[in-house]
Amino acid sequence: MSAIEVVGLSKRYKDFQAVDDVSFSVSRGETFVLLGPNGAGKTTTIEILEGFRTRTSGEVKVLGQDPQSASRAFRARIGIVQQSAGDLGRLSVRDTITHFASLYPNPRKVEEVIEAVGLHGKASEPIKKLSGGQQHRVDVALGLIGNPEVLFLDEPTTGFDPEVRRAFWEVIRGLQQEGMTIMLTTHYLDEAEELGHRGGVIVDGKLVALGKIAEIGGRDSRKPEVSWVEAGVQRIERTDSPSLFIGELSKRIGTEPENLQVKVPNLEQVYLQLIAEHRNGVKIED
Amino acid sequence: MKTELPSILGVGIKRIGYELKSYIRTPDAVFFNFFFPLMMLVIFTAAFSNLEIDVPGAGRVLTSADVYLPAMLAMGVLVSGTQNLGIDMAIEKHDGTLRRLSGSPISPVSYFIGKFGQVFVSATLQAVAIVLTARFVFGAYLPETMELWLTFAWVFYLGLLASSILGIAISALPRSAKSANAVILPPILILQFISGIYLSFTTLPEWLQNFASVFPVKWIGQGFRAVFYPDQFKSVELGGDWFLDQVAIAITIWVALGVVFTLLTFRWVKKS
Repeated sequence: MSAIEVVGLSKRYKDFQAVDDVSFSVSRGETFVLLGPNGAGKTTTIEILEGFRTRTSGEVKVLGQDPQSASRAFRARIGIVQQSAGDLGRLSVRDTITHFASLYPNPRKVEEVIEAVGLHGKASEPIKKLSGGQQHRVDVALGLIGNPEVLFLDEPTTGFDPEVRRAFWEVIRGLQQEGMTIMLTTHYLDEAEELGHRGGVIVDGKLVALGKIAEIGGRDSRKPEVSWVEAGVQRIERTDSPSLFIGELSKRIGTEPENLQVKVPNLEQVYLQLIAEHRNGVKIED
Repeated sequence: MKTELPSILGVGIKRIGYELKSYIRTPDAVFFNFFFPLMMLVIFTAAFSNLEIDVPGAGRVLTSADVYLPAMLAMGVLVSGTQNLGIDMAIEKHDGTLRRLSGSPISPVSYFIGKFGQVFVSATLQAVAIVLTARFVFGAYLPETMELWLTFAWVFYLGLLASSILGIAISALPRSAKSANAVILPPILILQFISGIYLSFTTLPEWLQNFASVFPVKWIGQGFRAVFYPDQFKSVELGGDWFLDQVAIAITIWVALGVVFTLLTFRWVKKS
């Protein structure tokens, strides 16, 4: 059974189509990444899955239930990492997490969660005395404390410094090993590559690509690119067999090609290409 | 694996502790909600320290502490309930607290048990502090019969319930966490002026008395005067009596309307 099923999801505000006929599913134990530029519809989609927003049309099931009319029992099975909004602060890290643990039937151990998010040295500090990055780790801890089957993370590392981001990724990898299903939105492509099993790219409310992270955009968009300089001119050739091509190239020009490079387009290039193609009106098939 | 949710009451009681801890760690709440009526009692009693009202047949003379004690207790009920919850819940609506809770399996009933519990504990301590200060610092007279103290108890707790519910209702007014104080405080101050807390109620024009009688504060003040003033003073009240039955009815109507209003309108977050 899929942990998350989305079929033909649309969300329309007055005269703005925020999400347009989006379909995907997430298997249990999988980490699914929704990628897209700001304002593309990532947050709207994840908030519909979390039950914070209503939808205009389409079918949505999370753990077999419709989040729009979800029960308290359903809420105990999902975890939401909220964007720190300044609502916490007066109580200490430990007091706050302990309190939230008491809301769930099967909470994780408070000290283990504090340890997992790397706040053991700060457990007795009032949350407002922590740095922004540390406060966000409290948000992560509160998303985890109920021991959820599905965890939602909406742009979890926006504003993190690189070191904190890497530490955060480690926390997520630990959860992946436990078999937790994770749904993540991000606009950082390295994050998607580091954490995601599968993912989709959403642009202007439409899902323009869907699949394994390493295969997003299709085989063609990942064709290796050979570039060199010949007679002072920059040349580029895309080919499935770059070594063969380079052999013939050096035979042809009779010398070592100048500034020779072979590049396999990474997710970022594929992604930018996808967005550009979509915005130029080109339809992309998955 | 255990799947049974923690009990609504059990979580509610935990919320009371959580709310109280946050309350005492918020200096402006402690100052403007908890200590403010006590401070006003001290200021008014000191300012009018020459006041002496001889009541024929009462067997005692009323000092400024006697005069202001019921008023400041009524202010405490208003401030600990309406002002405290109005500001607190307006902030929680806008700062992400309710949104965060709505993502957890907590029942709104547990949340409200926490809120009312915090109000009841802090308001009780506040009333004790006001009564003890009036008695032992300013020598105010305290009632000597069980009957009067029972009257005090029901007016106080019923009034606190109405005051808290009024707070939940007005928490809908501010449009942001930042504006909560600015939006909630003025109507509460006006309510105090027209309800006989700063000014004697019967000196107000009749139309203003009628308007103020719509709100529970006037009735709470009247109930407290019945407890702490000599019985001969009832002739000064509107209609020449304490009308405790009307006090009970007026406050109960507020509680009932408020409960219905809250049940109909409360949402963790507005879904859009």
